[in-house]
Parts: sequence; C-alpha cells; structure tokens
Amino acid sequence: MEQPNCSYIDEISGDDLEFRNTLIGIMKAEWPQEVDEYRGNFNDSAFAKAALNVHKIKHKLGMVGLVKDYALAVQFENDLKKGKTEKTEEFEAVLNKVSDFISQL
Amino acid sequence: MNPKTKDVKCIIVDDEAAARAIVRHLCSQVDHLKVVDDFPNAMQAIKFLNKNEIDLIFLDIHMPDFTGFDFIDTLKNPPKIILTTSDKNFAIEAFSYECIVDYLVKPINLPRFQKAVQKAEKFVSNVDSTPLKSNASKVDPAEKEMFVNIDRRLIKIEFDKVYLIEAKGDYVLIKTEDKNYTVHTTLKKIQEKLPESSFLKVHRSYIINYRKIIDIEDNSVLIKKNVIHISRSNRPELMKRLNLL
Repeated sequence: MEQPNCSYIDEISGDDLEFRNTLIGIMKAEWPQEVDEYRGNFNDSAFAKAALNVHKIKHKLGMVGLVKDYALAVQFENDLKKGKTEKTEEFEAVLNKVSDFISQL
Repeated sequence: MNPKTKDVKCIIVDDEAAARAIVRHLCSQVDHLKVVDDFPNAMQAIKFLNKNEIDLIFLDIHMPDFTGFDFIDTLKNPPKIILTTSDKNFAIEAFSYECIVDYLVKPINLPRFQKAVQKAEKFVSNVDSTPLKSNASKVDPAEKEMFVNIDRRLIKIEFDKVYLIEAKGDYVLIKTEDKNYTVHTTLKKIQEKLPESSFLKVHRSYIINYRKIIDIEDNSVLIKKNVIHISRSNRPELMKRLNLL
C-alpha cells in the first residue's frame, strides 16, 4: 500500500524551513475542511459538489506523494460526476491515511 | 540576471491556500517576478484588475461559482496567463485563448514553473512598448457591455455582438454572434440596459440591434437569418434612426 511522504514538500521548500512550516500549517488547516466538505456533500448525495471537493483533495494527494491514490481520485472524481459511488470505500481509506499523516506532520 | 530587466508584475488566483502559497514561493525563486497580490476567488481578482495593471496571472481553473475560463472571459484586455490546475483535460480549451501562455499541472515543481515563466516573459517583453493592461478602461463599460446572471454565473455580453433579443415567457433569449443566452428577466429590464444608439424595440417580443439589419421589407427586417416582424407603431421610430439615402 502506498504511503504518504514529504518528498514534494521537501523538494519545493529546499532550505527554506519557514516556508516548509507555513505550508504544513496551511495543509493542517485546509485538509480537514476539504475532507469535511466532501463528506458533507457526499452524505447529502450532492455528488457533483463532492466531485469538486475530490478535485481539490487530489492536489493534496499529489503534495504528499501519493501517485496511485491520485489516479484513484481522478477516477472517483469522474465517477461522482456521473453519480457513481463504487469507489467510495477505497477513497475513504485514502482520506483516513492522509489525515493521519498530515496530523502527525 | 540582467539588472535592467523589468519586473514582471503578477497575481495569483486560486481558492486553495496551499496552492497560492506554493506559487508565491515559486515566484520568489524567479528573479524579477514580483507577486503583487493573491486572491482566493475570481471576483476579488476582477475588482483588483479594474484598478491595477499587471503583466501575468497564475490562474486556477477549478474555482467555485466562477471558473478560470469564466474569469478570462470577463477581461477586456487580459494579461498573459499561466493556468494552474489538477486537471490535464483542459489543455485543448486552454490554448484556444491567446492570452494563455502555459498550463501547469499541480503539484507544480520548480523546473516546470521556471519554464512556464520564461515563456510568459518572452510574451511580456515582446509587447513592452504597449504595456499589458487589465480591463481598466476609460470608456464606461456600461456603454459597451452588460453582465447577465445565468446558472449563478455572471456572464459578460458585449453589446456590439448582440443582434437580437427575443421574449420567451419568463425568459429572454439573447442572440449574439458567438452564442445564444437564455436569461431569466423581462424584455423591459434588458431594454433599460441597452444603448439606444444601437438597440430598438420593434415588436412586443423583439429588440433588435438595428445596426445589424441586412434589409427591410414591408413590416419585417432581416437580421442574420432571422426575419423579425415590426409593429406598425414602432416602424416610424426605426425609420427615423436609419441612415436613409
């Protein structure tokens, strides 16, 4: 199973520790909001809105180096636009994994 | 770096704070690229551009309510734009806009970012004698265009592209040279927004841009491929406005 990592964050930050901390701070604040918004829309069956949330979440998956999970999110976003929800559990597992990772940064 | 190189003034438009922070950070690593401000939505950026000139916009496509493409459509003289997006599927649409110089897929890395900026700088330096401007204009925009609310989006319609407006129950159909728009309003309300120098109500269901008339026969006018009936009471006013030989 693919594991989140800080490769991109380290690469983009270089020696700039202040920026690294700022970026992580933003991620810690933004990620739970994005996930909550997605789950709210999904539970309300507002799948088009949920697809937009997944679109945003996708970027964060890329930021923590999850290449396969990024591809899953692309597929899930497209599915949601069509009202298809088969990959929900798989996507939830990714969300939980990233939530754990970001909370420990 | 050439010390005489002019600063490229840019703004960042993205609803995601992390994305704005990353682009800002990447900009700080490119000489003479100066971030003037950043905005979490298109409306704030439009307000800023009404009063300020900039050279380059880093623009997210996916934003709630007002997409990046909607945003570009509102700009009269758009500066150069580098799109930032998590979606690779917009590339073809992106390059149908002359102002878009490159397309960055998130998460963005420094080498790819630098390449995009170099492209943009070439365009900016090519037009150095005629500085790139935002849509700040000395002509009152109300005389040239209006914004209509369609599906919670404000869409700009330029008057000189409109040739016919038709009442359709609770809606009006605005026909332009580019496309047609169905708007929930009345013909009367639309008429109040239109310049009299070009538009005239010729029938209870039609307003025409009389500068677009191809010919007039009896009680009808031909505009594009539309034959529009003129009410008897409106015909004298139309004839008065036409430049008859």
